[in-house]
Amino acid sequence: MSERDIPVTEDELHAYVDDQLPAERRLAVEAWLAAHPDDAERARGWRALNEQIRDRYGRVVDEPVPQRLDLDRLMARRPRLLIFAAVAAVLLAFVVGGGAGWMAHDAFATEMTASEALRDDAVIAHKLYTKEQRHPIEVSGSEEHLLPWLSRRVGTTLRAPDLTQLNFHLMGGRLLPGPSAPAALFMYENDSGDRVTLYCTPLKVPTTGMVYKEDEGAGSVVWAHDDFGWVISGPAKKDLLKSVAAAAYAQLETW
Amino acid sequence: MNAFRQSIEAMIPALRRYARALTRDADIADDLVQDTLVRALRAERLFVGGDLRSWLYTILTNLNRNRRRSLARRPTIMTLVDTATEASGTEAEGRDIANALAALVEDQRAALLLVVLEGLSYREVADIQGVPIGTVMSRLARARAHVKAYLEEGRPALRRVK
Repeated sequence: MSERDIPVTEDELHAYVDDQLPAERRLAVEAWLAAHPDDAERARGWRALNEQIRDRYGRVVDEPVPQRLDLDRLMARRPRLLIFAAVAAVLLAFVVGGGAGWMAHDAFATEMTASEALRDDAVIAHKLYTKEQRHPIEVSGSEEHLLPWLSRRVGTTLRAPDLTQLNFHLMGGRLLPGPSAPAALFMYENDSGDRVTLYCTPLKVPTTGMVYKEDEGAGSVVWAHDDFGWVISGPAKKDLLKSVAAAAYAQLETW
Repeated sequence: MNAFRQSIEAMIPALRRYARALTRDADIADDLVQDTLVRALRAERLFVGGDLRSWLYTILTNLNRNRRRSLARRPTIMTLVDTATEASGTEAEGRDIANALAALVEDQRAALLLVVLEGLSYREVADIQGVPIGTVMSRLARARAHVKAYLEEGRPALRRVK
């Protein structure tokens, strides 16, 4: 069968109008439209609509950018995240095994150690549950009540980020005791059997940037935002966890 | 300013355009863009290559979804006041493209604008919306059908208003 004989689909008509049709299908679609006036009419309508949208909003790109969006101004308002990262690196040298918890040394901000303590809790939970074959999670990702249940207990509208671009599929979640309130743990798995978890719980500290650390074969990225702390844990692969954290960051519901 | 920030700065006009079409209100749109920029700047250290454009559109799209959801949760009186600018146009305003877009379901509006106004590929839109390409196509088809119906429905009504 030549390209021209493969039936033209509805999706291809849209793709044709949006200039997203593969070159080899162009002739087939044009022939179809020539032979089917109703479809040709619809396609013309879609093109006209495209033009209307661009006419109406296209010129916004030519407007001068308002001062409030000046990056230097926005940057000036940021907390000093670089200091936290440097302090974290120094503290790591003092941390003993899994018992980091709270540091008596008060030269360092308490906020930073609270999120490091959260990291420990999350990594412990990660290691514990990802080892499970039969019961790694409590409620499957396909069950509708997973998110409402965990959201209710943790106290914020939770959304399990979509990590399918990174080949991770949501297995499900469970409820855990967090430092001051319940915590949610979502677990994802890829085809190689690698597992990553996303841990979330209330954490009343100023917003922090994301800090990556490794500990005995597990890597983790922790951040705090809007009175909640988040930890992504997984294999000690920095670029992988940074990608997962970036994807989760872009999608999370709490903002 | 480093390369990461320069790339973000270069995206500001496009983000403003997308936000304006999504929300119809210039102030709300710039609020969204501002929130997007702040979050992107904070995550600088995470960004090792990857598609910055798609990432920025994803943040903005999700911020708008969250904003609309929290608006929907507020008591009725406040909702009417706050969404007045975004409500479907009255008969007197007529059925124009802005009102047609506003009448669409959020996901359909975002899909249509990302493709048509922002010129993104179906694959990129699927990544941004976190759905399969088939779902993007379905949202696109529905958006186009609904907008067409909305705009056509207006003509008899407009004649009466004359």
